[in-house]
Amino acid sequence: MPEISRDEVAHLADLARIDLDDAELDHLAPQLQVILESVASIQGLAGDDVPPTSHPFPITNVFRDDVIQPSLTPAEALAGAPAVEQQRFAVPRILGDEQ
Amino acid sequence: MSDLTRKTAAELADLLAAGEVTSVELTQAHLDRIAAVDGGENGVHAFLHVDAEGALAAARESDARRAAGAPLHPLDGVPVAVKDVLTTRGLPTTCGSRILEGWVPPYDATVVAKLKAAGLPILGKTNMDEFAMGSSTEHSAYGPTRNPWDLDRIPGGSGGGSAAAVAAFEAPLAIGTDTGGSIRQPGAVTGTVGVKPTYGSVSRYGLVALANSLDQAGPVTRTVLDSALLHELIGGHDDKDSTSVPEPVTGLVEAARQGASRDLSGLRVGVITELAGEGWQPGVMARFQESVDQLVKMGAEVVEVSCPSFVHAMAAYYLILPAEASSNLAKFDAMRYGLRVNPEGVAAPSAEEVMKATRDAGFGDEVKRRIILGTYALSSGYYDAYYGQAQKIRTLIIRDFEKAFEAVDVLVSPTAPTTAFKLGEKLDDPLAMYLNDLATIPANLAGVPGISVPAGLAEEDGLPVGLQILAPALADDRLYRVGAAAEAALTEQWGGPLLTKAPVLEGAR
Repeated sequence: MPEISRDEVAHLADLARIDLDDAELDHLAPQLQVILESVASIQGLAGDDVPPTSHPFPITNVFRDDVIQPSLTPAEALAGAPAVEQQRFAVPRILGDEQ
Repeated sequence: MSDLTRKTAAELADLLAAGEVTSVELTQAHLDRIAAVDGGENGVHAFLHVDAEGALAAARESDARRAAGAPLHPLDGVPVAVKDVLTTRGLPTTCGSRILEGWVPPYDATVVAKLKAAGLPILGKTNMDEFAMGSSTEHSAYGPTRNPWDLDRIPGGSGGGSAAAVAAFEAPLAIGTDTGGSIRQPGAVTGTVGVKPTYGSVSRYGLVALANSLDQAGPVTRTVLDSALLHELIGGHDDKDSTSVPEPVTGLVEAARQGASRDLSGLRVGVITELAGEGWQPGVMARFQESVDQLVKMGAEVVEVSCPSFVHAMAAYYLILPAEASSNLAKFDAMRYGLRVNPEGVAAPSAEEVMKATRDAGFGDEVKRRIILGTYALSSGYYDAYYGQAQKIRTLIIRDFEKAFEAVDVLVSPTAPTTAFKLGEKLDDPLAMYLNDLATIPANLAGVPGISVPAGLAEEDGLPVGLQILAPALADDRLYRVGAAAEAALTEQWGGPLLTKAPVLEGAR
């Protein structure tokens, strides 16, 4: 049986950029364990002779005519932004003070 | 109650064409109905946002076109409700999530643009499980929608809002989206019609993605013909969607009209062996069998067909979907749009800290569960065992369908294993919730189209049951032929449409 520990859930949440508190970890970790156990049944079910499918109908090389289409104005693109400065998205600092 | 809200979209189109009613009158009638039954403690709560002003303005323009003898489409002036996962320029689009609370998109989804170009007034945006993750609409951050058949029960999900809106006569037409059954399962439990078109035949541009390889928008209505009318309107190739099938979507309305003549001679129908047995409610199976008997009476030849890989469909789905969802939802990063939350007690938080605090505050439990599960499935060391394996199962399911459709023209099953359950019953038991989609998931994995039509009421609880019909890719017309035939035969057997048996809503108290 696959196991997903509370620490592993905390690590995955960190990778997924979700700040889970202790109560949430206590709540979610056992639920994820149950889900994982139920989906684990497919492990090893299909062999190397079965190709994977990523998409029901693979369509490749889709091009449209090379003509200019209307697009968003800068004001429209920025309209939903939490913070804007000089026609740009204003974001919190990326680096620490020491960097 | 105004009689106008009881009519089908096809009837309303005829009344508009004959000049017997105006779009303003019937748009107002539906807005009045929404005001009467949607709000308040005992309201249906199908809508997250009602756009009375915009809908009436569109209705006035529609009436002007009719007066000038230049309607844009037969449905010009017939109002529609849109699931809140499709972007609407100038109207809030939340996907049922706090993280998008108050977001007003600067562009229309192609489906919405097509509705507007055909002159359909948009009544508002309908409730849904957060980012379409759920089977009960209880995972909406804005509170659940209630089933008009029993306000203490779920309306299905994720598109419970759209299904409840048409079931409660708040809208004649609605748009839903179906990633694992989110159009068909709500249709089944609310006694309405819902269609998941062939993957790629309705544009996904502007549909906020849950799982790109599974998502598909489609019609939610009270009759099969209305679904056909709406499906033809929203379908077709779109340059803005790289997965859009380059084929026109036609012949559906004709197929629905043909089906209503109730001649199915020569049609081969397969009953899927694997979608029955333990866990299937007896009343659901009884109504399903009755529907199959009706198909036989109309000349169809019915055989049992085994799709052995379907038993693994749910496991494969709950790996593929979280994997795609965890990647898709990474875009909600508090930088360009949507919620931004600063972590408590941090003087000058970094972008990463803000991102983490925002996503914790903005996402609900089910979204967190699936993001973490998807992140797990895509992690190195687990990728081959889980995601890679799920993709292979997907191939096996496609092969099952291919083999089945060599022997039969359509496949049938009950749409969902049970009737509507009580609000709260499965909210914190994710696995029990996932089982609702057992019968609908295979179609999404394979990209084939499916419809749910009302099959009657289960004897033990008096709640609606759905008949699911599945067809090969791009053979959506078969859903309409068989669906309309079943609808006609069953409606006669019941002595009227199933929804006439639904309790009268007393409205907001």
